Amino acid sequence: MTFLQDYAYYIGAFGLVFIGLFTMLVKRNLIKVIIGLSILETGVNLFLISVGYISKGTAPIFSKTGLKAERMVDPVPQALVLTAIVIGVAVLALALSLAVRLYHHYGVLDLRKIKEQRW
Amino acid sequence: MRSIISFVLLLIITWGISLSLDRIPFGESKTHVGDYYIEKGREETGASNVVTSVVVNYRGFDTLGEVTVLFVAAIGLSAVLYTRRKKQKGEVEPASLVLTTGCRFLFPLILLFGAYIFIHGHLTPGGGFQGGAIIASAFLLVYMGCRGRRISETGSKTVESLSGLIFLVVGLIGLAVGGRYFLFNFLPKGELNSLFSAGIIPIIYIAIGCKVGSELGGIIDRLVEESG
Amino acid sequence: MILIVGALILLMLAAAIAALFFKDLINAVIASCMVSLIAAILFYLLQAPDVAMAEASIGAALVSAIFIIAIRRTQRNEE
Repeated sequence: MTFLQDYAYYIGAFGLVFIGLFTMLVKRNLIKVIIGLSILETGVNLFLISVGYISKGTAPIFSKTGLKAERMVDPVPQALVLTAIVIGVAVLALALSLAVRLYHHYGVLDLRKIKEQRW
Repeated sequence: MRSIISFVLLLIITWGISLSLDRIPFGESKTHVGDYYIEKGREETGASNVVTSVVVNYRGFDTLGEVTVLFVAAIGLSAVLYTRRKKQKGEVEPASLVLTTGCRFLFPLILLFGAYIFIHGHLTPGGGFQGGAIIASAFLLVYMGCRGRRISETGSKTVESLSGLIFLVVGLIGLAVGGRYFLFNFLPKGELNSLFSAGIIPIIYIAIGCKVGSELGGIIDRLVEESG
Repeated sequence: MILIVGALILLMLAAAIAALFFKDLINAVIASCMVSLIAAILFYLLQAPDVAMAEASIGAALVSAIFIIAIRRTQRNEE
């Protein structure tokens, strides 16, 4: 029981990675594959932030004048995840534009029918 | 058949990862770099928000790379979806009066809220990327609510290019004045918790906020075109 | 406290499994938007307010809007 209590965040993050990878491997529709990519990136960001958590810590902002510096959460993973979220949005926008162009050209979005087309 | 093989493969991968989970205990301090940034961050940069000083001052070059990746993605999307913009109006029925008036009333309020978030990035949680996304949401509201209105293309491209240039020029001025490295913090630090403090950090966050907002607005404008 | 966190994580995993199994693509996009929103709440509970604001504004609002606009230009059902 304490195992579930300690590692609840890790189990949630790895569950999201598992479901996202499963969607990307099994589904045939191209937009379903891109939805799986989005879920996978959310899982990885959640794992990175939960590694940097210190128990009974607080947010790393000196908003009041009397805050001490010993009880603050690690600020470096938060800076990295901020960059990763924006890059994830850029990748998703480009992937969706390619999907729209493929539909315009072939007429279907099924990956097996697109692979069988001859030039 | 494919689903069974993928399920078994992913189970093996997950079991292999979970073997090493007890090397990263949850809730204990793991690195020393974070302690240095928290202790010395306030007097070296002058910003109250430690995450902002890490993103802009200590790791400023990574932020420049991220802005470049977003720029390349916006250009790639415009190149792939290139169609000649037909100037005909088509049969677009206008939306009801309540909807258009509500959207036009809310648009400057959302812009003001987004601008507040990226101007006060070094004092409160927030910053350039969050404020830019809220500005792009304001443009999305106008596209969805009042049909037939578009943002001017030359205006958004001018704002985007100028903001990127301001980021680079501020970094190069830091290199010329301080002499030690790119993006050197050369303006005076000011006093803590006031608006005009922390050197070049507010200037860079204003440039990033304008750039990300107009870039995401341009992405939405390119996707919505009615000629499909 | 740990009960609230456990319930939120179970809800997030259920929404992700639902996004896998829906046949109508708009329903799958709404399920993935719910995954992003619960992730934003979990980021706030892990004492990271900057990241929670970024995930809520970028991940939940703009990514779902871009998905729905792209689905409107292609087909709506899966097969």
